[in-house]
Amino acid sequence: MYVAVKGGERAIANAHELLAHQRRGDASVPEIAPEQIEGQLQRSVDRVMTEGSLYDPALAALAIKQAQGDLIEAIFLIRAFRTTVERFGYAVPTETVAMTIVRRVSATFKDLPGGQILGPTFDYTHRLIDFMLAAGVEPAPPAEGQPVADERVVPLTELLDQDGLIEAVPSADTDDEVGDLTRDPLDFPAARDLRLQALARGDEGFLLGLAYSTQRGYGRTHPFVGEIRIGEIDVAFEAEEVGFAVPLGRVMLTECQMINQFAGSATQPPQFTRGYGLVFGQSERKAMSMALIDRALRADELGEERQAPAQDEEFVLAHCDNVQATGFVEHLKLPHYVDFQAELDLVRRMRQEHTVGSSEEAAE
Amino acid sequence: MLGSEVNSETEARRAVMGLCAAATGDEVGILLKALPESGAAIDLRPPKVGLIMLRGRMGGEGAAFNLGEATVARASVQLSSGTVGFAYHLGRDLVKARRAALVDALWQEEATRERVETALIPIRRRLSAIAALQARQTAATRVEFFTMIRGDN
Repeated sequence: MYVAVKGGERAIANAHELLAHQRRGDASVPEIAPEQIEGQLQRSVDRVMTEGSLYDPALAALAIKQAQGDLIEAIFLIRAFRTTVERFGYAVPTETVAMTIVRRVSATFKDLPGGQILGPTFDYTHRLIDFMLAAGVEPAPPAEGQPVADERVVPLTELLDQDGLIEAVPSADTDDEVGDLTRDPLDFPAARDLRLQALARGDEGFLLGLAYSTQRGYGRTHPFVGEIRIGEIDVAFEAEEVGFAVPLGRVMLTECQMINQFAGSATQPPQFTRGYGLVFGQSERKAMSMALIDRALRADELGEERQAPAQDEEFVLAHCDNVQATGFVEHLKLPHYVDFQAELDLVRRMRQEHTVGSSEEAAE
Repeated sequence: MLGSEVNSETEARRAVMGLCAAATGDEVGILLKALPESGAAIDLRPPKVGLIMLRGRMGGEGAAFNLGEATVARASVQLSSGTVGFAYHLGRDLVKARRAALVDALWQEEATRERVETALIPIRRRLSAIAALQARQTAATRVEFFTMIRGDN
């Protein structure tokens, strides 16, 4: 346990001044503006929004600047901000089929209806450092093609569902009882809605590692990427005083529909199963990890033996939040003087007893 | 019959709200310059920033879950006629939200609806031009993969 301490105000104030000075960096180099972070470090902004669990690109960019690019610190700032603001209510749940697609790929069918759209992607780059970026070369204007007019891009899972080859999604009729872990502390076993909420805001690195572990045999689920979609979608809020769903604007989301190996029973013929991932901004690594772990955590529901960490919901959900994790790990820096004094006394006493014991033994 | 009229009216109003949400604050400001009636409005409650919890659906279409919150600027205004306008916009731009609430109120008034619609045309045009450009740029990345046949060895 850490203890309260007094004093040190001057040193603390000076430390924070020094931090601000360090944040500014070399004064001969122009200062970075939050707009530049928002516009040019979009993936950092997306991660801070997703794990900060707050969609606000401008605020996330400012938090990144304040945190000197330390994304977990920025996420912490965002979480702290949201506790200071009143909640107006819950948005109308989005159906991702309505998304304006900027990227859509599937690893399951080469010629899926609606086509494969690469969009802006790091895939197929050679991961070679591009020194032209340091030289400030303007990129060429992007190529233009012929869009398919008014096309409803049918989700791949819907196609499989038509043939009964994949399990149905949990019914949308139960919308009024959606769990919210920002209102009630997480309890175990947690229902899938709460698990998805926790995973959506969970640490990308932690979830990535766990997702990887399922691929390496710790809770194998035999996954395929059914579909990854990135795009913008309208969100709306059913405002009581207005009387209908008011359009709020558009948000960028990344969705991953993972298709996994089979479930079935004496009464139910075998079917593919699903894992689902949905995150703010453009982050398919996170969406894919989330989908893999969502599926792994459905072990009990699907009658699978729980053996691996990724299948243990208490292990996963209690440790995936990086603000909680950093709070508890980093609190070790705080004064533990009293605790440590007690331990120091204890170890001295044990050593004394040990010495006395040894010399008695030697005497015998 | 009445029901469908009410619905199409609501749909048209929602479309105007959606346009204002997508527009820049300056665009909504310029729009209001064409509508001097907006000066007489009062705040029904002061513009405020709050949070709305966004929701997804399992598998994209199934049961809902809470995805994460978004900041939202809220405003509601009342014209001297008693008509009330609302705005809820993603982000924290209270000036823009209040302007959009005025647009919503003025659109509901028979006397000003036509002028609101006319003033929205350039915004609508700009937004659809951007959307069309993005659609063409996205379409250029549509890919045809060919499966390679592996050699005999």
